[in-house]
This record gives sequence, structure tokens and C-alpha cells, in this order.
Amino acid sequence: MAGEKAAAEKKPAEKKPSQKKAGEKKPSQKEGGEKKKKVKRHHASRNPVLARGIGRYSRSAMYARKALYKRKYTAPETKIEKKKKEKPRATIIKPVGGDKNGGSRVVKIRKMPRYYPTEDVPRKLLSHGKKPFCQHKRRLRASITPGTVLILLTGRHRGKRVVFLKQLDTGLLLVTGPLTINRVPLRRAHQKFVIATSTKVDISGVKIPKHLTDAYFKKKRLRKPKHQEGEIFDTEKEKYELTEQRKTDQKAVDSQILARIKKVPQLRGYLRSTFCLSNGVYPHKLVF
Amino acid sequence: VFKRFVEIGRVAFISFGPHAGKLVAIVDVIDQNRALVDGPCSGVRRQAMPFKCMQLTDFVLKFPHSARQKCVRLAWEKENINEKWAATRWAKKIEAREKKAKMTDFDRYKVMKAKKMRNRIINHEMKKLEKMASKKGKKPKLEKAPKSEKAPKSEKAPKPAKAQKAQK
Repeated sequence: MAGEKAAAEKKPAEKKPSQKKAGEKKPSQKEGGEKKKKVKRHHASRNPVLARGIGRYSRSAMYARKALYKRKYTAPETKIEKKKKEKPRATIIKPVGGDKNGGSRVVKIRKMPRYYPTEDVPRKLLSHGKKPFCQHKRRLRASITPGTVLILLTGRHRGKRVVFLKQLDTGLLLVTGPLTINRVPLRRAHQKFVIATSTKVDISGVKIPKHLTDAYFKKKRLRKPKHQEGEIFDTEKEKYELTEQRKTDQKAVDSQILARIKKVPQLRGYLRSTFCLSNGVYPHKLVF
Repeated sequence: VFKRFVEIGRVAFISFGPHAGKLVAIVDVIDQNRALVDGPCSGVRRQAMPFKCMQLTDFVLKFPHSARQKCVRLAWEKENINEKWAATRWAKKIEAREKKAKMTDFDRYKVMKAKKMRNRIINHEMKKLEKMASKKGKKPKLEKAPKSEKAPKSEKAPKPAKAQKAQK
């Protein structure tokens, strides 16, 4: 009704300007060329006003008077709707073994639930900003830049001074000894458990191979229980095995870095040494 | 007993407060606890300052009491207090303390290595002397002691200088 009222008021207002427009359009049309379509002339309101806000005819009467039964428009099909037409596959044909089984079965991809809980799960309140780990924002302290010498504080390499290479996608820091200096291989370190010193090695031209990602460094675990209760703890990889790829990657990175370390006097000896506290040395007073 | 006195023109070192670490000249005494003080060449405006935060130095300037800043400045520059101060052991100790506090981890390592080397040389020479002393009598020891003591002293000088250069 509100829409109709607006339309009804619009049209008597448009009466005069519409005639003016028509008058204007025709000469422009003739000027523009006769190839353009006929500009539709707007009819005056077919619903005379009895009092303000009240028309003579009802909704259904107006429907007939405006001949909307033959004027039905659909919105143009958007690309999204075009894409939606492609329905996903509902069933799949899987091969089946054994004689006399007829080779294959038609299997539903999305099956009906096998269990309905007795009580419905209550509707959760809206929350926002709860992202999964892979979408978290990774931060890096300003004091840690490529080439910084870091002091590792935890792990088997605690106290060792190590060269920072880059930050990986999960936020962990890729770090290397280099191996020949302090037996720290290409390894991941956590930003929080590291002290950044102000000593920097110039790593501007060093190319770090692109396959060194988190997946490369992730610990591998066997997860196939063989139902042997006595040996479960042994089958899981406790022993780390060096692969040839790790060795080649280590050499590739270290050779570039070692050249740069040798340029700075005493840096090699510095990286070989370990960090320790002694009497009278207070970390909060030290400048790193 | 007392060698440095509060007098007009005495240069004092400010030990704490907003102007800690600067030199000022005492221009006038206000009362038992405060002095009118001015440090034109050290960035201290003419102001009252309690004696407690001042530590007297060996330098005295010549100007009449309540002399204006221009006079204090002239006297200061005539005596060249800034350079004289920097040459005193006091100022050098302060500077060394500051440098030590600013040392980075790498600098500490370099200093450790330098000290180690220096100590090794000294101990080596000492061992030599002791050996000679134990072998021969006292007379030859007196002749040889001053000569070999000079050697480690000259080696001492380059080591801390190297450490300071490394720190910079």
C-alpha cells in the first residue's frame, strides 16, 4: 500500500513533467536518430484519489486496470544464479569386489544422519572474530629482522646463538646455526622463547629455497594402530632420521650465510659460544 | 682536611635531579642549603640549586658574585673547563661506566676474548719471572724484573683500547 501510495503520488506529479519530458524527448529522439526504441510514455495514475491516502480502487481492481497480468518481469539472471544451476553430484558409482556382486554399486555421497540427539542443541549466541589458527594474524617483533642473531632459550639448543632467516606461515621463525658453527640445523624456533640481539648479519642476497615450509619441518607421526598392545609406544617415530634432502638444503643455505659471517671479525667465534648468566649479571639490565 | 670549598666560581657536578651529569658554576649563595648556579656552556639555566645535589670539582673560575651569564660564560671558556673536565679521571670513569652499560651481547663477547688474551700474556710473563726467580738468586732477578714488566704493560694498553674501539 505504501508503495502504491508513493506510485500514485508520483504519477500526478509526473503528469506535467512527463508531458514535458515527452515533448523534450521527441525532438531529441528525432535529432538522435530514428534507430532508438520508442520511449515509453507514462500513463497518468489509474487510481483517482478520493481523499489523501485513499484511492478509488482496491488492490485487485488496480491489478486488473494496470494489466499487470500481462506485465510480469523477472530480474536478469545473475552469474551467481547461473553457477548455482550446477548441482553437485548426489551419487557416485563405486566398484565392488567379489563374484556375483555385479561389479559396482551406486552409493550416495551425502547420506542421512545415523543419529539424532534426544535433546536439541540450543542455539548459540552470535560471536565474531573467532578465526581458526590458519587465519590468525602473525606478528613479528620489530627487533627481529632477517639476519638477526638470536639466542635460543628453550629446547635442546638452549643458550646457542643462531642466525634468523625468515618467519614461516604459522609464525614460527626459521633459524639456522649454521650447522658447521654450532650444530644447529635449519630449524624452527618460537618467537617468544628467543632473545633478539642487536647484532645483524647482512642476508640481503641470500636465497632460501621455497620448499622450506612448516609442512617440511613438521614432526611425522605414525597413526596406524596394529592392535599390538605391547609395542604401541615403539612403532611411533621416536628416532629422528636425517634425510638427504635436509642435508642438501642445509648446505645450500649455509654456504651462502657462512661467506657473510666470515666478513665480520669475531662473529664466527661469537656464534660458536653459548649465552650464560653468572653472578652479578641481571638480564633486565643487559642490553642485548 | 677539606680541599674543595663552596665559593663563588667553584665548578660543581650535578649528581641527581633533572640536570644530572652536568657541570655548573656557583654564582652566589642563597642560604645554608641553596646556591645560585649557572651553567651556560653545559645547558643549565641560571637557577637556585640545593647543595646536596652538587658535587664539587677541582675547578674554580674567577668572576665576581652575582655576575651575569655572559661573564660566567667568558670565564668558563677562558679556563676551557669542558676540555679540562673531559681529561679528568672522574669524567673518564663516568664515560666508561656508560659505555659498559651500553655494551651489546656481541661487544661483551669481544671484551671477554680481549681480556682473556691479555691475561694470558700477563700470566705468561709472570710465570717466566717466577721461573727465573726460583732458578737463580735474587740479584739477577732485580735486573730482569723491570724489563719484562714493561713488556706486559705495553701490551695492556692496546687491549683495552681495542675493546673500547670494538664497543664503539
